[in-house]
Amino acid sequence: MSTGRPPKKGKHISYAKWGYIFIAPFFVVFLIFQLVPLGSTIYYSFFQYFRSGLRIIGPSFVGMKNYISLFQTDLPKYFGNTMLMWVAGFVPQILVALLLACWFTNERLNLKGQRFFKTVIYMPNLIMASAFAMLFFTLFSDNGPVNASLVSMGILKQPFQFLSNVSGARGLVAFMNFLMWFGNTTIVLMAAIMGVDPGLYEAAEIDGASSMQMFWKITIPLIQPIMVYVLITSLIGGLQMFDVPQILTNGQGEPDRCTTTMIMYLNNHMYSKNYGMAGAVSTVLFVMCAVLCLLVYASLTNDNDSARKVRKGSAKS
Amino acid sequence: MSKAPETNQTKGSKGKLTAARIGCYIVLAIVCFLCLFFFYMLIINSSRNTFQIQQGFSFLPGLSFGTNLNNTLNDANIPVVSGICNSLIVSALSAVLATYFSAMTAYGIHAYVFKFKRTAFALILLIMTMPTQISAVGFVNEMQAMGLKDSLIPLFLPAIASPVVFFFMKQYMDSNLPMEIVEAARIDGSGEFHTFNTIVLPIMKPAVAVQMIFTFVGAWNNYFIPALLLDSANKKTLPILIAQLRGADFLKFDMGKVYMLINIAIVPVIIVYLFLSKYIVGGVALGGVKG
Repeated sequence: MSTGRPPKKGKHISYAKWGYIFIAPFFVVFLIFQLVPLGSTIYYSFFQYFRSGLRIIGPSFVGMKNYISLFQTDLPKYFGNTMLMWVAGFVPQILVALLLACWFTNERLNLKGQRFFKTVIYMPNLIMASAFAMLFFTLFSDNGPVNASLVSMGILKQPFQFLSNVSGARGLVAFMNFLMWFGNTTIVLMAAIMGVDPGLYEAAEIDGASSMQMFWKITIPLIQPIMVYVLITSLIGGLQMFDVPQILTNGQGEPDRCTTTMIMYLNNHMYSKNYGMAGAVSTVLFVMCAVLCLLVYASLTNDNDSARKVRKGSAKS
Repeated sequence: MSKAPETNQTKGSKGKLTAARIGCYIVLAIVCFLCLFFFYMLIINSSRNTFQIQQGFSFLPGLSFGTNLNNTLNDANIPVVSGICNSLIVSALSAVLATYFSAMTAYGIHAYVFKFKRTAFALILLIMTMPTQISAVGFVNEMQAMGLKDSLIPLFLPAIASPVVFFFMKQYMDSNLPMEIVEAARIDGSGEFHTFNTIVLPIMKPAVAVQMIFTFVGAWNNYFIPALLLDSANKKTLPILIAQLRGADFLKFDMGKVYMLINIAIVPVIIVYLFLSKYIVGGVALGGVKG
């Protein structure tokens, strides 16, 4: 440690300086491109500020008026849409992921070709969501190949209008979200299950526990922190749902705005240059995400052991 | 461990196990079919002409792949070639900036002792899962004010602050970067930046590679912010062109071209993925948090 040189204190200070230099670019960019915009977004939310034709109205201070009109009109409906489609995608996602993760990690089953399966199920996650939605739109459109095949096979008498039907359109969005994320969740849960001490299973086996008992009494309780983490990050991703319903319905949220999500609503206000209302929608989303972010933060920092496991998580979109 | 009990198991339970295994493979086959079917159809349909496509599914490719590709690349209304270039520029620069500066930030917090170290780390963790969409209003206005609205710069420059990549790098450093190496370099008279670039970065190579792929794909697929910023046709990225195609009067379209454009947006990523899947899947399992 001691080099014998007298300016030891000076050396220490100069290293601290390097710490600031190394983290400076991150924080400067964060300040300019994220924090200041966030501040001004919240600031705009208290103003009447929109474009009507070529005229710009405002900005004039209106207090909470934007928020009141948000909650009295469409926001609850769009929040409901977003949550409904998220739940409809998340429930099958976590169930299938849990099932596959247990199978892959089960030593007695000893499944072959795991790398192939993992590669295939993770693949949809890397797909451009907008292109994937466009693909589904073309395949499931009224005269698309899905309908053509179903009719020619005699399963349907006439084409089923997936995109003009409430549950058809919502179902397609949920199905796409499921398909894009279940592989990712499987891999995360597999890592969690493999982190469980194998001695526990051995001991349970000696005591004559069935595999169902081992699953419910050992696996589930021990991977619970990661399941919670998956749930929260997926919820944050669900709130951001945009690309898939936007492209699938051409931004209209058809039929009857039942697939319009919160971010699509924000996007509509951005396009009509109604920055006051757009700011208010963003602020509502910000408050929701901030609560969820705090939960993620708590789960990452509460204790070392679960932090190590919990980091094997993933943000969802 | 699995072998030993099997030897003294009765034939009955062995048969049960085989049945369970067959059941698993059947379910896995169905799941894989679901994952692959749509992409297979995409590739098949991009090689067929509009008339064939409207006949329904076929498992055999058509002969129009070249024609469709040619038509798509030379379409007057959709600037596909510049779209590919713009997407490549934005994604590649995002990947490089995000990984380099995140590694640098992580190193700053990993290797040095300073007053606000814990605060800085806690702050980054707090904002890690915060979506960027929520500050879009202020972001678009700020870019307008800075004269960067119709430009690619605001699409890659913010990648310097990528909390998720930072977190991965920090985790990787905690387990793979002993401070003794850094101390040794200091004794040899290596400057701090020199140490970081020539000693730390090479050690971080696996983490950098995985995160580069994730950031590249994330930027390649990004639709929301680019759609709000870019106006001129020659600046648009691929996701915006896809949206434009969706907005166009659909029936007038050559369906082969539609599938081909989707193909161009998806297939390059899949090809890269198939080559690097081992590292990518490993990265997800190790803590590859993807935005």
